[in-house]
Amino acid sequence: MIFVTVGTQLPFERLIEAVDLWAAEHPETEVFAQVGETRYQARHMTCVEKLGPGEYTEKFNQADVVVSHVGMGTIISGLEHAKPLVLMPRLAEKGEHRNNHQLGTAEKFAKYKQIQFVNTAQELNTAISACLATKLSSEQGCPETSVNLIKKLKSFVNEE
Amino acid sequence: MKAKKRILLISSCGGHWVQMNRLRPAFEDHDVYFACTERAYAQAAPEGRFYYVPDASLKSNPLKILWLAFSVLAILIKIRPHVVLSTGAAPGFFALIFAKLIRSKTIWVDSIANVNELSVSGQKVGRFADLYITQWEHLAREDGPQYFGSVV
Repeated sequence: MIFVTVGTQLPFERLIEAVDLWAAEHPETEVFAQVGETRYQARHMTCVEKLGPGEYTEKFNQADVVVSHVGMGTIISGLEHAKPLVLMPRLAEKGEHRNNHQLGTAEKFAKYKQIQFVNTAQELNTAISACLATKLSSEQGCPETSVNLIKKLKSFVNEE
Repeated sequence: MKAKKRILLISSCGGHWVQMNRLRPAFEDHDVYFACTERAYAQAAPEGRFYYVPDASLKSNPLKILWLAFSVLAILIKIRPHVVLSTGAAPGFFALIFAKLIRSKTIWVDSIANVNELSVSGQKVGRFADLYITQWEHLAREDGPQYFGSVV
């Protein structure tokens, strides 16, 4: 199953349209999407506007591949659960976010092999199919929160 | 043994919440309270320690923002936390401002999503943060924010 999620804040027309194209070519694979306020009417996958955290976690865990925007929630959950991720950065010039910070995030997380960053429907198509074919999973595992950061917070709280 | 303190962790839902939860180990010796814009997250918090705040961004209509600000203030007055921490966005911004009114200590941990510059809330909230943190070394400045590492 492919789980698609656009996050909690904004619609993402380009992503849903691109996944729908992939789904049209792969009717044998179930595609389930949380689309928020996206207006594009997908015809080849199941769409819901919003998922509760319980349902979200369930779909996330069941998925063979998670497709999303470059959101930190998706990236951290993906690393924690060793899930292959196909992520498309939102672009400010297309009205998909207020700035291009998702491009920066994509660059910073490029070192993780389980995450594939895509910019076009074509790249997304190739990436999803590649994920399914190789059952790519994480060898790197999820890094812990920095020890120094936790230490600093602890000592700050304990100061009088 | 040190006295337990009341810690309020407050953020909007999604990535901010996920990041905030990865900071929980820092507060395991204390009484931790949570506030978020998604009611269903209550299940991730200890019984009776979760508060809902309405969703709004700094660009929302003024009534919505006012409602959020009022809700945050009410929670602060009820809990009287020793320390308030937020990863963003608008709920944390208001929480840190009001926290200074009731003399709580404040921590801002800017979201790791903001690689090129601090978040909108993060840029405005600096002077209300006793501990002002970015998760990117290149965004740290001498007069804050500081860098100590990140949640991933």
